[in-house]
Amino acid sequence: MVLIEGLLAFTLAAAVVVFLSPNRYAGKLATALSLVPVVGSVYMWATFNGTGNALLASGETAFASAFTWLQLGQYELQWLVGVDGVSLPLLVLTTILTTLALISSWTPIDERESQFYGLMLLMEVALIGVFTALDFFLWFVFWEGVLIPMYFLIGVWGGPRRKYAAVKFLVYTNVASLVLFIGLFALIFGLGDSLTTLALPDIAQGVRGGGLSDFNFLGLGPSWLKFFAFVLMFAGFAVKVPVVPFHTWLPDAHVEAPTPVSIILAGVLLKMGTYALLRFNFTMLADVARANANVIAGFGVLSVIYGAMLALAQRDLKRIVAYSSISSMGYVILGLVALTPHSFGGATFQMISHGLISGLMFMSVGVIYNATHTRMVGDMSGMADRMPWAVGVFLAAAFGYMGLPLMSGFAAEVLIFIGSFQSTVISAAPIYTMVAMFGIVVVAGYLLWAMQRTLFGGYSLETDYEVTSAPFHEVAPLVVLLLFVILLGVAPDLVYNMIQDAINPLLGGGGA
Amino acid sequence: MSSHTALPAWAAIAPMGLFAVTALVLFLSDAVDPDSENSALLAGISVAGSVASLGVTGWFLVSGTGQPRQNGAISIFGDSLVVDGMALFFTALIASVVTLVVLASYDYVKDEQYQAEYYSLVLLAATGMAMMSAANSLATAFISLELASLPSYALVAFLKHNRGSVEAGLKYFLIGALSSAILAYGISLVYAASGALQFDAVASALQNPEAAGVLGLGVMMIVGGFAYKTASVPFHFWAPEAYEGAPSPISGFLSSASKAAGFVLAFRVFTVALGGEAVLDTVDWVVAFQVLAVVTMTVGNFAAVKQEKVKRMLAYSSIGHAGYVLIALASLTDAANRPFVLGSGMAHLLVYGFMNTGAFLFLALTEYWGIGREFEDFNGLASQAPFACAAMSVFLFSLAGLPLGGGFFSKFYLLMASINGGVALLAVALVVNSALSLYYYSRVVKAMWIEDPSGDLDIESYPTGLYAAITIAAVVTVLLVPGFGPVAETAQMAAEMLV
Repeated sequence: MVLIEGLLAFTLAAAVVVFLSPNRYAGKLATALSLVPVVGSVYMWATFNGTGNALLASGETAFASAFTWLQLGQYELQWLVGVDGVSLPLLVLTTILTTLALISSWTPIDERESQFYGLMLLMEVALIGVFTALDFFLWFVFWEGVLIPMYFLIGVWGGPRRKYAAVKFLVYTNVASLVLFIGLFALIFGLGDSLTTLALPDIAQGVRGGGLSDFNFLGLGPSWLKFFAFVLMFAGFAVKVPVVPFHTWLPDAHVEAPTPVSIILAGVLLKMGTYALLRFNFTMLADVARANANVIAGFGVLSVIYGAMLALAQRDLKRIVAYSSISSMGYVILGLVALTPHSFGGATFQMISHGLISGLMFMSVGVIYNATHTRMVGDMSGMADRMPWAVGVFLAAAFGYMGLPLMSGFAAEVLIFIGSFQSTVISAAPIYTMVAMFGIVVVAGYLLWAMQRTLFGGYSLETDYEVTSAPFHEVAPLVVLLLFVILLGVAPDLVYNMIQDAINPLLGGGGA
Repeated sequence: MSSHTALPAWAAIAPMGLFAVTALVLFLSDAVDPDSENSALLAGISVAGSVASLGVTGWFLVSGTGQPRQNGAISIFGDSLVVDGMALFFTALIASVVTLVVLASYDYVKDEQYQAEYYSLVLLAATGMAMMSAANSLATAFISLELASLPSYALVAFLKHNRGSVEAGLKYFLIGALSSAILAYGISLVYAASGALQFDAVASALQNPEAAGVLGLGVMMIVGGFAYKTASVPFHFWAPEAYEGAPSPISGFLSSASKAAGFVLAFRVFTVALGGEAVLDTVDWVVAFQVLAVVTMTVGNFAAVKQEKVKRMLAYSSIGHAGYVLIALASLTDAANRPFVLGSGMAHLLVYGFMNTGAFLFLALTEYWGIGREFEDFNGLASQAPFACAAMSVFLFSLAGLPLGGGFFSKFYLLMASINGGVALLAVALVVNSALSLYYYSRVVKAMWIEDPSGDLDIESYPTGLYAAITIAAVVTVLLVPGFGPVAETAQMAAEMLV
């Protein structure tokens, strides 16, 4: 199948076309072109026939294609793409969220439009690549490729401290990439001659199949190597997720980034980190994760509580949502490390769900900001009177965040909690779980407080113009996204089945 | 039987011959009309000559001249020059860089005096560099190295009313003379120990080295001589001065082509002449290169971080890249993986030839526009010249090792080579330094695209030659992403012939 190549090539061509188009039409043109990847990825979802996990031998990777790119010594570097039940939902999330983010850019972006929309599409190319590439080399190309458009998007179109935020983002995440690079190369080094490609399935099966058992370096054995690789890769991905204490780039990047970019940043870029953790750490080195589950779960719970506490202390709506993302990503870490089918599946489901809900939150904040030009709690109140639709969706999204039943957040968090409660690898799992559940209370606290202050009460906002209901093209993406959130809340099986199918081989005991 | 096998053996030096002939044609043209203001003619002749050389080299590479599938390496002049895959690979690289440089010089030196001399000096230096890639004896190695160096000194000082240029030329010349002396002395000591100058003869004489002390001292001095030519620590002091003071096209020429020529000679000397087990037992130059590689890349990158002038930053980054390429010599721990390891250095030099020359030519463009040299002076440049700035961003990201250009692949290949050689420290140093380098390269990108322009920035002319050269360099840098496979393969095949 060449569907994935088609998606990548079309989106890349679209990016070039948008770059060259006049500023006036760039937004509409980019949005129209971005519908093609949406249709393509939904078609892939509808006709998905893969089974099992793409990295393990059992099962069939969907839409896979492979050919040799170049040969470096003993290693064959391949163009190897394909999707399984974990990556396909993330792919669909990426394409849908990109289109909606493009629509929500129409109002706030008013300079150098063709460059902005071109870069957004370039980023979509890189993101599609990250979620479909199954060769380490190819995957790393896309992984690094995300940095470049993101750097410009924050740096050129961002807020007052955009320059600082852009450089911090670039350097911070690039250093993280190189740390994880060293980690994975330690594994490749350890596998030695038994490895002839850098395909992720080969590496994963080699490591899981005991390919490291002969490793000996200065008297240090395979378990040392695995631990070393695990720590480096975890640290590298933890920056992207981000896990406390590697989160300090995120608030800067989020606050300074223009809203459409925040949507992609929170909705998709953070999922790159958790997706990679799942693919690398928890697939290749599941035994190390099992042995150190308590520590990792500690990081997860710390992120949940600390992120929520930080959110509690903010009065910028965007900062509140940004910090709450750290909290939500903590649940993903907890779910992954609990290593039970429910928690693992729930964590994967949470990636999708949080992508939708945080995208929705940022988009709502953006719509309000477009009208009020402030994001500060306390500067405004009673917005519900003036912008009923936008505020209604914002409210719904906030309740989704708090885990209201029948919305996707509820399904994800319930699954994570049930799973982690039963976890056997974390000692005292119920305690970790209960502490993490307390995070939800804090979330409710800061979200209800912020909404009470800004949305309700008598209308007050100091402007020299009249604030009126948001235009249709700003509200429409909000409603669409909200429908997705409810849809997944009502029928999680739309993606949960394929997720379960892809993760079960991982948890079904050792073997490749 | 393809047609060119009928050609005499000396025809194999056609690529370097074409450089020399072009230089002479330029002299002739100057002799006929010494006051000529016709810079298009002079630049045209130079471009035609270097493109012809590139074409012939490409033809040789494709048809297999001097390679195993066509009777193997061609030795000429009593084995003192050899045309093989390695020589052709580097001649192609040098010819590409020269083409870009002379193309860009058309605009850059248009209003200077002595243009004919400028172009002919560039082509004479190119002749020397191409000969360095084919030198197969310590004598021809030294002569070709001097042929490459002497015109370079003059070229660095070409802007003779510019104090920086003259001072740089003088420094470059003094340090160059000193290191030439060191190299010559090293060669004489190796000759004393082996009784031979021709590389294979040196190698066979050194199977049972007698005067171990003399040999060891000689080898270390040769290492020093090459460290100078490739701008490696501890003989790197001239590089920032010379690159900063020289006309920018010449900076690009020296930091790409001259460095590559130094490396090809080092590859050949150390693998063919001094690559034997017995030599390594006497003096382990692999370890020496390991130290040099780590120190060079670290010094270059850390110094680049602190610079306030873009050109000086690129000069230090060029030292850093010399350190990366030294990995190819420092990882030669095992005879079996030598072609693979050498190939990595060759591939990086090729990619570097385009991305680094491109970056310096962009600086030539800014100098042409009269823009200052500090990072701040580049503020908002993208609003005036988006295309050139996009090309510069490609060069810089590729130099930093992001997968926008071939630089990512060649660094990756170097990394594989260091792992293949079992020298984990080199791999770690490479990765750490690459991470660091993104910081200072991105400062230029940030200035161009993100900072707001200062008031007096106003660009009116878009010089054809400079734009053409920058465009070609950028396109090739990007095309080396999908096209890296054939480059790496050619490099490895060439290296296999050597060892």
